[in-house]
Amino acid sequence: MMSEVNVNVHHVTRVEGHGNIVLNARDGAVEKVQWQVPEAPRFFEAFVRGKPYHQLSHITTRICGICSIGHGLASLKATEAAMGVEISEQTLLLRKLALHAENLQSHILHVGYLVAPDLLGVGSVVPLVGSHPDAVLKIVGLHRMANEMSDLLCGRTTHPITMRVGGFSSIPTEKQLLAQKQKLIDAVEPTKEIGALVLSLAGKLPDFQRETEYVGLVADDEYALYDGDIGSTDTGRHPVPDYKEITNEYIVPQSTGKYCKHARESLMVGALARFNLNEDKLHPLAAEVAGMFNLHKINTNPFMNSVAQVVEFVDSIEDSLDIIDELLDRGLQEERIDVQVRAGQGVGAVEVPRGILFHDYTINDAGICTQANCIIPTNINHANIQLDMEALAPTLLDLPEKEIELTLEMLVRAYDPCISCSVHHLNVEWKR
Amino acid sequence: MTKPKVAFFDFACCEGCQLQIANLEEAVIDLLGVVDLVSFREVMKEHSDDYDIAFIEGCIQRPMDAEALKKIRENASIIVAYGACAVDGSVHTLRNEFTKEDVLNEVYGDADVEGNPYWDIYDKAKPIDEVVKVDVYIPGCPIDRDEFARIVSDVLQGKAPKLPNYAICVECKKNENICLFELGEFCLGPITRAGCNSACPNVKSGCEGCRGFLDDPRTSAHKEVLEKYGVSVDEMMAAFSIFQYGKEGS
Repeated sequence: MMSEVNVNVHHVTRVEGHGNIVLNARDGAVEKVQWQVPEAPRFFEAFVRGKPYHQLSHITTRICGICSIGHGLASLKATEAAMGVEISEQTLLLRKLALHAENLQSHILHVGYLVAPDLLGVGSVVPLVGSHPDAVLKIVGLHRMANEMSDLLCGRTTHPITMRVGGFSSIPTEKQLLAQKQKLIDAVEPTKEIGALVLSLAGKLPDFQRETEYVGLVADDEYALYDGDIGSTDTGRHPVPDYKEITNEYIVPQSTGKYCKHARESLMVGALARFNLNEDKLHPLAAEVAGMFNLHKINTNPFMNSVAQVVEFVDSIEDSLDIIDELLDRGLQEERIDVQVRAGQGVGAVEVPRGILFHDYTINDAGICTQANCIIPTNINHANIQLDMEALAPTLLDLPEKEIELTLEMLVRAYDPCISCSVHHLNVEWKR
Repeated sequence: MTKPKVAFFDFACCEGCQLQIANLEEAVIDLLGVVDLVSFREVMKEHSDDYDIAFIEGCIQRPMDAEALKKIRENASIIVAYGACAVDGSVHTLRNEFTKEDVLNEVYGDADVEGNPYWDIYDKAKPIDEVVKVDVYIPGCPIDRDEFARIVSDVLQGKAPKLPNYAICVECKKNENICLFELGEFCLGPITRAGCNSACPNVKSGCEGCRGFLDDPRTSAHKEVLEKYGVSVDEMMAAFSIFQYGKEGS
């Protein structure tokens, strides 16, 4: 008897942007399994040419609505590296805090609104409002807290306003920081409860292992997010200006988002990669939460990326509290921004929720950008998603089509892809 | 009364405006109580083509996207363009000063994308009303979530929503900000449509005009500021082009 399996998810749901999954199998053998990215290309690198240095971050934050703070920071760091601009210790601390606000917002959105429905067997967070009102309200509350933190530091939740080349246009008051500190302290209990809920459902995450290369920022003294060298579980540390040797972008016909490879045929970035590189730098409560999930480096199950996000959520709360204390001890002061235009080329690397992000600008002596390159974490992950699918799909063929479809969709969702970013995509197309 | 069936779609954009809906936090739950949400790719697996109101985010870059948008227009009785990309193309229109060959080459190099529909782009990025008729506009990059809630409430009640036709300066003064021109900064507030509660000037950053110009900036600009600092409407319109590229004066 001939059996055919055809899966065709045309636009995977509950991910940022448009992606498709195609699986065709016949008589128990996979004929085609493909991750496709049909998202409309957007051309940021082309149209920032000719724009003055001070507009670059406000243009490139528009690459992504979810990680606009991270894009803003990578842009500012690249501009500052190109022009030789130094920033103050206070600016550094406020930027790190802004990055935590974004990671908190993005991670709770992904785990709470996008992944939890799979674990609870529903199509979206909507029915959970009725079935799990207490958990939903806690998730909404944590999301609100993170957004209010972005508002405080950046002047707006999405598309930061205050962050400039060399500093901030406006900074929070000590009173506002104290209020934010209390909100973060109050967030610890609901975070533990959501963590316990995820733990109770973690058995629903497929037990799938595939070794790959994990890449992310690493630093000697902290769980690196804002700064560091490029770290690889295969090849060790590399300086940020060598980023092209790590990413090696290439183009495939099924994706408007570029693909990347380094030591192997693919690599993975994001929360799990950061965890695999930096587990020993976690704060105490975050390390305890990782232990509850039995998450230890090097974990090779991509589905555990969502769990690593829960761990990072806790770590961001703890580190934010430390940073606020340090800012309050130092005392906040209005600082004058003094930027001199200088020609140069510079690279900025930042860990954003989905992984390591690079911006690279060349700026001329009139302060005008003449060339730009942005490498987005979702692009770095596309090839790894494809290879995971190739390894996972053959093991699923005896399942009903709906379950195959769901498992492949869950795989894509685990990466928390940001496809609009990656074109600077999700759909599953079935034929099995 | 049956609840109106509502669907959300997005084209080329950052999806930051749909995030503002999630950012309504608890109020989203109230909104879900009064509509029947039938399609919203980023948040739900279910999908139906049977809807009354379609919310569109993002601009149109390719024929394949224009075709998808035309199908949505056939299905929906009301089309709401929300966010600057849908309303006027936003930052995406910055590519319109280059040829499509140039932008494709700059980003994708010599990759062979000829004949591949994913890369078949129009000469210019288009706001959605260049492809289909739009019934309601919600401006901003990103949208202001309170304004979104107000306009959605109007649409659901069958009222015609109105946008403010006064300048950002009005909100800025109410917020008791120091005028940015006073601080030596440039600001498009005097000619830009209010409705964001002067978000950028509130944190000492000049308005970038993401909500679009006033209906007729030459007559309705906030003249007091222009006169005091000796800037003309034309100068302002020409001065800043992140969001208003290719618009009158820029």
